[in-house]
Amino acid sequence: MLDGGRQEPMTTREIRLDIVRAVRIGLLGGIVFLYLTLVGLVGAFSERPLISGFISLGQTLLLLSMLGVGYVTARLLGNPSAKSAAPQGRAIFMSSLAGFISGGILAMLVIIGQRIDVRDVFVNATTELYQILTFGRGLPGVWLLPIVSGVAAGISAAASRLPGKIRSPIVWGLASVAFFGLFSSLFRTILTGISPGLSPFARLFFAPGEGLTPGGAAVFLIFAAGAAASRRLGGQTRVAKAIRSKVAANPRLRWLGYALLVLVALLLPQVSGPFLSQVLALVGLYVLMGLGLNITLGFAGLFDLGFVAFFAIGAYTMGLLTSYGPQGLVHISFWVAAPIAMLVAMLGGLFLGMPVLGIRGDYLAIATLGFGEIARIVVGSDFLAPWLGGSQGIIGIQKPCVGRLGPFVAEGVPRDCFGLELVGPQSMYYVVVAGVVVAALVAWRLREGRLGRAWMGIREDEDVAEALGVNLVGTKLLAYSLGAGFAGLSGGIFAVLVGSIFDSSMQLFVSINVVALLIVGGMGSLPGVFVGSLFLIGLPELLREFSEYRLLFYGLALIVMMQAKPEGLWPSATVRRELHAGEEPTAMSEAGANPA
Amino acid sequence: MYRALTERLADWGIVAVLWAFRIAVILIVVVGSVLTLVKGTYTRDQWIDLAIFGLSQGGIYALIALGYTMVYGVLRMINFAHGEIFMSGAFAGYFLATALNRAGTLNANPVLALATVTVFAMAVSAGVALLVERVAYRPLRQAPRLVPLISAIGASFFLQYTVRGLFGPGVYAYPDILALQGEWIIFGVGILKRQVVIIIAAVIMMLILYTFVMRTKIGKAVRAVSEDREVAQLMGISVDRAIVVTFALGAAMAGAAGVLYAQIFRQVNFFMGFVPGIKAFTAAVLGGIGNVPGAMLGGLFLGLVESVGPSLFLDGLGIVAPYQLKDAIAFTMLVLVLIFRPSGILGERLVTKRA
Amino acid sequence: MPLLASNNVTKRFGGLVALSSLDFEIEKNAIASIIGPNGAGKTTFFNCIAGFYPVDEGEIVFDGHPIHHLRPDRISHLGISRTYQNIRLFANMTALENILVGLHGELRSTWIGSVLRTPGTQREEETSHEEARRILRFAGLQGRGDSLAKNLSYGDQRRVEIARALATKPTLLLLDEPTAGMNPFETEGMIAYIRRLRDELGITILLIEHQMRVVMEISERISVLDYGGKIAEGSPDQIQRDVRVIEAYLGRGSAEQVLEESVDAHPRGASTATFDG
Repeated sequence: MLDGGRQEPMTTREIRLDIVRAVRIGLLGGIVFLYLTLVGLVGAFSERPLISGFISLGQTLLLLSMLGVGYVTARLLGNPSAKSAAPQGRAIFMSSLAGFISGGILAMLVIIGQRIDVRDVFVNATTELYQILTFGRGLPGVWLLPIVSGVAAGISAAASRLPGKIRSPIVWGLASVAFFGLFSSLFRTILTGISPGLSPFARLFFAPGEGLTPGGAAVFLIFAAGAAASRRLGGQTRVAKAIRSKVAANPRLRWLGYALLVLVALLLPQVSGPFLSQVLALVGLYVLMGLGLNITLGFAGLFDLGFVAFFAIGAYTMGLLTSYGPQGLVHISFWVAAPIAMLVAMLGGLFLGMPVLGIRGDYLAIATLGFGEIARIVVGSDFLAPWLGGSQGIIGIQKPCVGRLGPFVAEGVPRDCFGLELVGPQSMYYVVVAGVVVAALVAWRLREGRLGRAWMGIREDEDVAEALGVNLVGTKLLAYSLGAGFAGLSGGIFAVLVGSIFDSSMQLFVSINVVALLIVGGMGSLPGVFVGSLFLIGLPELLREFSEYRLLFYGLALIVMMQAKPEGLWPSATVRRELHAGEEPTAMSEAGANPA
Repeated sequence: MYRALTERLADWGIVAVLWAFRIAVILIVVVGSVLTLVKGTYTRDQWIDLAIFGLSQGGIYALIALGYTMVYGVLRMINFAHGEIFMSGAFAGYFLATALNRAGTLNANPVLALATVTVFAMAVSAGVALLVERVAYRPLRQAPRLVPLISAIGASFFLQYTVRGLFGPGVYAYPDILALQGEWIIFGVGILKRQVVIIIAAVIMMLILYTFVMRTKIGKAVRAVSEDREVAQLMGISVDRAIVVTFALGAAMAGAAGVLYAQIFRQVNFFMGFVPGIKAFTAAVLGGIGNVPGAMLGGLFLGLVESVGPSLFLDGLGIVAPYQLKDAIAFTMLVLVLIFRPSGILGERLVTKRA
Repeated sequence: MPLLASNNVTKRFGGLVALSSLDFEIEKNAIASIIGPNGAGKTTFFNCIAGFYPVDEGEIVFDGHPIHHLRPDRISHLGISRTYQNIRLFANMTALENILVGLHGELRSTWIGSVLRTPGTQREEETSHEEARRILRFAGLQGRGDSLAKNLSYGDQRRVEIARALATKPTLLLLDEPTAGMNPFETEGMIAYIRRLRDELGITILLIEHQMRVVMEISERISVLDYGGKIAEGSPDQIQRDVRVIEAYLGRGSAEQVLEESVDAHPRGASTATFDG
C-alpha cells in the first residue's frame, strides 16, 4: 500500500486481494477452532467457570480465539495508521469476514455431527459439546456461532486500531481478569491461609469452587485498567521512575527487596496449605536439579539427557540408607545420608562422564539419554529386585528428624524422633529451600572463579580452551560430577518427601523437563533456573485440572519459545549484555587503537 | 605436581573404564551365549521363532530409521518427533482399517485393503511431517544446534497429546486380517505368516526408497543437499524442496511401518511412537547416520539382537526375566556405537578437523 | 640448540599427504615466517606443533623435549601458544574473560577454594584480574575488557586473540595470519607489535603470513612450503630471488619475468609484490 496518509480509492483488485487474505485467515482460524474443540480443550475447560455463573473457561478460550482471528486479520491487512474511516472500516469488515468463516467452519462440525456420529474417531464430538457450541440451543442455534465469531473478530479488529492509550487499559483489564480467574483457587487459599478471618473477604472476589465472582471480576477489570491508564497518561510515571532509580542506586534498598522476597518464600508454605506446599517443594527440587544441569550444560555446554539417572542414584541411595522397610541396608539419619547420597551421585557423574568424554553435540545428547534409560530399566528389573525393589521400589523411607544425627531404631518403629520430625510438604519445603540456597551459592561461586571460566571456554570452543592449558578431561569430569551431585541431593530429598522411590520416578520425561526449564529460563543463568522451574513445573502443577492437556501446552510452549525467545525468559548476564551491545559507553575511543 | 598426577590418573581411569566396558560386553555376549546354548533351555524352533520375530521388528525399525537418517543427512538434526510421525501413520491406518473392516472389505480383499490402508497411512504421515517441518523446524534452520532439538521435543509432545486429545487415551484394537493368521511351513519350520509378510513388505519398501534416492532426479537432489547444502544451492537445487521431499519420504516409510507394526501388535495407542522411535534412531546410528542402506541394515540387526539377545546372552548367566532387559540391550548397543564407533557400521570415518 | 625443531614430520589425512618429511628449525628469540601457497600445509604444521594432530612420522622437539605425542594442554604448559587463521575467540565471553582463560594454566586455585572463598583463592583472583588487565593494556585494549568478544572490531579481536595467547606466558608464539583482513595502517601497527613481543618480552615468534610486505619486513628467516614439503629457506632477500618460490606462487616459467621486473623497479631489492594467494 502506498498510502502513507493519502487516501486512494480502493481498486477492485486490491479489495479482492484483501478478501482472499481474509478468507485464508478465516480458514486457518476455523482449523484452529476445530482443533481446540476436537482435542477437547473447549469441553474440558467448560467445566470450569472463569466468572461464576457468567462465562466458562471453555467459552473464554473460544472467544479469545475469535478475537485472535480478528486481530491477526486486522494486522495483516491494510494500513493501521491511516486516519480516515474508510480503510479502517474495510479492515474491520475483513476481520469480521474472517471471523465469520472461522465460526462457520466450527458450525459445520455441529451440523455434520448431528447427522453423522463421528465419536468413533473424534472422542470429544459429543452432544454435550454441540450444546456448548450452540449456546445451549442445539441445532437451531448453530447460526450463532459464525455470527458471534464475526462480531467478536470485528470488535477485536476495531480495538486494535484504537490508540494505545485506550487499548492498553482494556487489554490489561481483561488480562488481569483472566489471570485472577485462572488462579482463583490459589489466591483464595493463600488469603484464607494468612488468616481465616479473610475468608469472607476472599469470597467477595473469588467464587467458591473456581472462578471469580462477577463483582470480583469487575473490580479486577477496573483496577487493572485504571492502573494501566494512569501509567499511560504519565501521571504516576515520574513517581515510579523516581522510586525505581532510587532503588537501583542504593544497593541496600535492593538487598532489602531481595530479603523481602526471601521472607515471602519462607512464609509461603505456612499460608498455602499442603497442596501448594507440595507444588512449591517440587518446584524447589527441580530448581535444585536445574542448578546442577546448569553446571553441566549451561556452563560447560555438555548436553546431558540422562540427568534423571543421578536424581535416581541420590534417591535410591537415600532409600537404601534410611528405609525401615525390607530394602533398607542401614538406618542412619537423613542428615548423614544426604551428603552420602550426594557423594554417590557425584561418583555416578564421574562414571558417566568418563566414557562419553569424546562424544560431541547431538550424539552426546543421545548417548546420555541411552545411559539414563539403561539405568532406569536395569534398576527396575527383576534382576536387581532383591536389592532395589524392582518395580515396587523402596518404600518406608524414614522422615528426617531435626535433632537426631545418629541412626534410628530399625523396623517399624517410626517415631523415635525426640526433636522435630519433618513430616509433610510444609516442613520438607524448608529442607528443599536450604538445599537450593546452598546449591545456588556454590554454583554462583564456581561460575565466577577459575573453573567456571574454564567451563565456559570449553562450551565456546573446547579445542581452543585445551590449547590454552585447560585440561579437558578433568574439567569436564568435574562438570558432570558436580552437576550430578546437585541432582543426587535433589533425589535424596525427594525420596524422603514422598517416602518411597520407584523406577517410574526415573523417566526420561524428568530429564527433558530439566533441560527444557534451563532453556526456557535461559542457559547458564542462575535466576533463569528459578524462572524456568516456575513456568514449566509450577504452572502445570497449579493448573492440574488440565493435566490431560498439560503436555500439549508444554510442547507448544517449547516450540513457540524457541522461535520467539530462544535465549530464555531471564537470560544470563552475558546474553543480556549482548542484547544491549549498542548501548556500550563511547569511552572506547581511538586512543587505544594503535598497539605500537 | 599434584595436579599432573591427578590428570595422569584421570587419563588412565578413562582408558580403564573404556576397556572395562569392552570386556564386560564381550564377556556377557560370549560367555552368556555359550552358557545358554549349553543349558539348552530353548529349542531350535524357539530360536527360529525369536529370530523371525526379531527380523520382522527389525524391518519396522529399519523403515522408521530411514526417516531419521535422511533428515539428519539434509538438516544435521535429529527429528525427535519422528516417532510420532510413525504413530500418526499407525492411527490413520487403524481408522481406515476399522472402516474397511466394518464394510467387510478388509477380509474380502485383504491385499487390496492392506495396500490401501498402507498408502493412506503413508500419506497422512507425510502430511504431518511436512506440517511439523514447516512450523517447528524451518524457522530455526540457522539456529544453534540445541534450539531445533528442543523444538523437536516440543513437537513430539504436542503431537502425542494432540492425538490423545483427539482420539482418546486408550489402547485401540486393530482389526484382524484373517488371511494373515496362521503359519507357513518353510524348511520344516513353522513361521507365522504375519511376520513373513511384514519382513517382505519392509524389504520391498526399503528397496523402493533406495531406488528412488539413487536413481531419480529428486533423489539425487536430496543426496546433493545432504553432502553440501551450499554447493547444491549453487547448482540450482531448491534446498527447501529437497528438504520437503526428504521429510515426506522418511515419513511415508514411517507411516508404512506404523501399519506393519499394528499387524504384529494389533493395537494403537497415542504413546506408541516413543520407544520404537528411539530404537529406530539407534538403528540409524548403528548403520551410520545419514547412510540409507546403513539404516536398513542397522534396523534389521537391531531387531534381531533385541529379540534373540536377552535369551541368548542373559539366560545363561542366570538373569531372571531377561526379556525385561530387552530395551536395555538396544540402548546399550546405542551407547557402545556412539562411544566406540560413532560413524556406525557403514558410515565413513569422520576426520576430526580441529583448527 | 634450536628452540623448536621438526624432524622428518609427515602427516596424512587418508590419502592426502598434508606434510611430507618436513624438517624445520627456529632459534630462540628469532622471528621467522612460514609462507607458501594455499593448501601447502602451513596451518597443518601449526596444528601438529600445538598438539591438535598427532604426526604420522617424524618428531617435533621443543627445547629438547619431544612434544609430538603430547596433548595441547601439556604443550601449552611447556610454553607454546598460538593464534588461529579464523579468529577463534570465546565469542560470548568478554575480552577480559578470554584472557583470564588464558591464565588458567598459571593459576593454582581449585574449585573448592572458589566455593569456600579461601583467602588464597581470592588473592589469586585479584592478581589474575590485575594481570589480565595489564595484558590488555599492553595490547592497547584498555577499557575494552568488558566488551563481549563478538562485539569487538575485527582488529581488536585479533589483538585480543594474541593477548590471550600471551597470557599463557609462552616462549614460542605461533601466529597464524595475524594481519589477515587488515588495512595497511593496521598492518603497520601489527608489525610493530610483533617486534615488541620479541624485543620486550623475549618471545620467539613463528608466523604464517600471506602479506609479503609483512613477511619481508619482519622475518629474519623465511621457510617456504609447498605440497607439504619445504622448497626453500633463507633470508628475505634470498627467498625473493628464489626461482622455486616464485614458481610455486605464480606458476612455472614466471620466475624470469618477475626477477627482471623486481630488480628494475626496485633497485634496493625490497620487493613490495603482494602474493595474495
